[in-house]
Amino acid sequence: MPTYQLTVNGKEHTVEASEDTPLLWVLRDHLNMVGTKFGCGIAQCGACTVHVEGNATRSCSLPVASAAGMSITTIEGLSEDGSHPVQQAWKEVDVPQCGYCQAGQMMTASAFLAKNPSPTEEEISDAMNGNICRCSAYNRIKKAVGVAAEKMA
Amino acid sequence: MSTPSIPFSRRNFLRTSSLASGGLLIGFNLFTACKSDVKPPVDLADLNYNDFNAFIKIAKNGAVTIFSPNPEIGQGVKTAMPMIIAEELDVAWDNVYVQQGVLDTKNYTRQIAGGSQSIRFGWDALRQTGATAKQMLVNAAAARWGVDASELSVSEGVITNKVGETLSYGDVVEEAAALEVPENVTLKEPKDYKIIGTDQRNVDIDKIITGQPLYGMDYKVEGMVYATVLRPPAFGQELVSFDATEAKAIPGVIDVIQIGDKAKALLEKDKVNWTAQLSGSGKVVVLAKTTWDAFKGKKAIKATWSDASPLESTEFHDEKLNALLDGKDFVTMRKDGDVNKAFAQADKVLERTYESPFLPHNCMEPMNFFAHVTDEKIHLVGPVQTPEDAANTVAELLGRDVADIHLEMTRMGGGFGRRLYGDFVYEAAEISDAIRKPVKMVSSREDDMSTGVYRPSIKYRIKAAIKDGQLTGYQLKEAAINGNMYGLIPNFFPAGAVENYQVDVANYKSNITTGAWRAPYTNFLAYAEQSFFDELAEAMEVDKIKLRLDLLEKVKGTTDERIQYSPERMQNVIKMAVDKSGWGKQPQGTYQGFVAYYCHNTHVAEVADVVIEKGLPVVKKVTCVVDCGIVINPLGALNQIEGGIVDGIGHSMYGSFGFENGQPTAKNFDKYRLGRMKDAAAVETYLVQNELSPTGLGEPTLPPAGGAVANALKAATGKRVYKQPFIEQEELWQAKQEEILG
Repeated sequence: MPTYQLTVNGKEHTVEASEDTPLLWVLRDHLNMVGTKFGCGIAQCGACTVHVEGNATRSCSLPVASAAGMSITTIEGLSEDGSHPVQQAWKEVDVPQCGYCQAGQMMTASAFLAKNPSPTEEEISDAMNGNICRCSAYNRIKKAVGVAAEKMA
Repeated sequence: MSTPSIPFSRRNFLRTSSLASGGLLIGFNLFTACKSDVKPPVDLADLNYNDFNAFIKIAKNGAVTIFSPNPEIGQGVKTAMPMIIAEELDVAWDNVYVQQGVLDTKNYTRQIAGGSQSIRFGWDALRQTGATAKQMLVNAAAARWGVDASELSVSEGVITNKVGETLSYGDVVEEAAALEVPENVTLKEPKDYKIIGTDQRNVDIDKIITGQPLYGMDYKVEGMVYATVLRPPAFGQELVSFDATEAKAIPGVIDVIQIGDKAKALLEKDKVNWTAQLSGSGKVVVLAKTTWDAFKGKKAIKATWSDASPLESTEFHDEKLNALLDGKDFVTMRKDGDVNKAFAQADKVLERTYESPFLPHNCMEPMNFFAHVTDEKIHLVGPVQTPEDAANTVAELLGRDVADIHLEMTRMGGGFGRRLYGDFVYEAAEISDAIRKPVKMVSSREDDMSTGVYRPSIKYRIKAAIKDGQLTGYQLKEAAINGNMYGLIPNFFPAGAVENYQVDVANYKSNITTGAWRAPYTNFLAYAEQSFFDELAEAMEVDKIKLRLDLLEKVKGTTDERIQYSPERMQNVIKMAVDKSGWGKQPQGTYQGFVAYYCHNTHVAEVADVVIEKGLPVVKKVTCVVDCGIVINPLGALNQIEGGIVDGIGHSMYGSFGFENGQPTAKNFDKYRLGRMKDAAAVETYLVQNELSPTGLGEPTLPPAGGAVANALKAATGKRVYKQPFIEQEELWQAKQEEILG
């Protein structure tokens, strides 16, 4: 199997995997970084969202071969200690019910806010609509994105 | 009104005198600690939903650990149940560490998440336990000081005597452990609560926001292999043979094996209970170094399947359910008076039929489980709502002693009833038993959606007799796939309010597996009945709200013990919802729908505000009034209430799931529409303030939501939806669109 150099949360990793292995499974099974979640495997639910070069990306549908050499950020690296404004907003609002989708939600939200620091409610809904929360905590997610934007201002 | 004080028996406690590490460990039985004359409701007793246990550990340094026994599926019990103990124990919530208890059949019984019953059943025992532990610590301090315990006061884990000396719980915990367990401890008055009723965050919040391992999917051990299971692609099919040559050639694939014989043997012995959904077919298992390798290997298996029983379709189910509704094969669940006489003598008879599809659970965390079977023991780890049944079934399956099993529960990425059924646990165990290695069985989304335990498709036919402007007869017929409503559901409103009342049920035995789905049966029944009440009000030419209030009035003072809803509490939530929602005063272009419903022991009223945008209905807001008694953790309660409503609307509007040739028509989220943020209505919640014992919130706000929307859609379009999902009743929206476009 080929080997790939990955930069995850600022650290270099060498992994051996078949070239079609999605980044999601490299993170979870090869690198033991399980914060990024598996939901659907076809880029429809957003649970696996990470940042690739700062862009919110569905890691379940990005082959490792395409991710090599790029700067990848996962929920474990969003901040060192949970202090990112999005993480703090999620805590303040007490967003999670089961919590499983929330890493993906936070990664989508943080990439979005980096580009649009003072969004309208409609822009938040547009940005977050690709992330499913089966517990339907959508109103709190929306609120937390707003709170995070205020914290970042 | 005060909370009930319940005589407490010492039998309910077990206690170790001290821990090896120093400190006190108190165990208690939640269920037997409940008042002896409080019986579990019949419907839940059938499902073994009734008894729970827990432990408190107080260390010498004063640290308090509360072991939360019940599985956490997102309903918040891991936070709320320990809050109740901490309140009576009188410790600072910030100093409490909550830990998930493991399955422990010796000390715990019935560790189950289901039926929204954890808080309701736990309330008395959790308080008694906290208060008893506190009294033992106070008694120890009194003995140390040589004073009477009644002279001492406690605040946040510190005991103070009359002269102002203090001892912390940690100072006296070892002495307390040697004392008799006191009886008749005093519980706090609600006005003195410091923790109950305050907003407390999810106890796992820091781990969730930083992506720490919490879920079954995240669990791994050294030497673990990944397994994925190829199951029959259609219900009714069984494995004949398979060719694994290509799969085995994929790098990372370790082996391909077949399982299923053990499950088949259990089926043949009829050793399967309601939580054990087992397939009679052989299954192909791909073992690999990573999940991806396993998934790839599975796609490369060439399997042959036989049609062991007919492959069913939605059309077929429709025919069967219609035939049941038109036929005579009913079982009567409740019968008051004579409905046929009422219909014969009526001035007017109204009859309507409502239909629902199957629904998959779609827990965000796919089904998975860890198993490591050795000659000495069986280690099981993962997300399951019924851990005890899972352990018992694994013991049967593998011919082992249940004492060999150590089962750990992980936080669950959703349950919604799917994880009441342990099929994925048995698969993991059978695989590990075969290869004698630690295994993680992982399902894909397609596996979950196409080999599920679905909400059954159901049809309700409701018929009412109207005579002299009064409702004189009411008959509900249920035709369902595989099973019917159970226990107390036939005694929900309007039972007790109509002189001639009858509930009849019938079912068709399908080879498609079905089971509990968040608020079983009522998740659809509420929509059907509440739609019907609106139609009934129109037929009777009375106000919709008044019809409901008047019917409830007739139930007051009932001596029928089967009726557990309170007409007074229901009338109260109705009146509050009318007031808070601006009922009847909505701006032009906003259409409202009203619902009042009781299920899972909680009373709820909801008003949905719907607008038509670009020809399609949009639910803008739901005003919700909930009476669940004392609210333990309002922050968590509001999350459950809002989630239930948004979930209920999403599935009523969009949940479309049919079968063709025994296979579901949707297998992933590209074909199955779940509610998303843009679909989420704003929710305005009002909690009834009272001091009645608390009831659960994991389910009760979901069932009414569909009904509120259906009634609002009628107001918006002039037409009624008789079938879920509403979005597929296109003629309604097209008609409105033409009207709008002129």
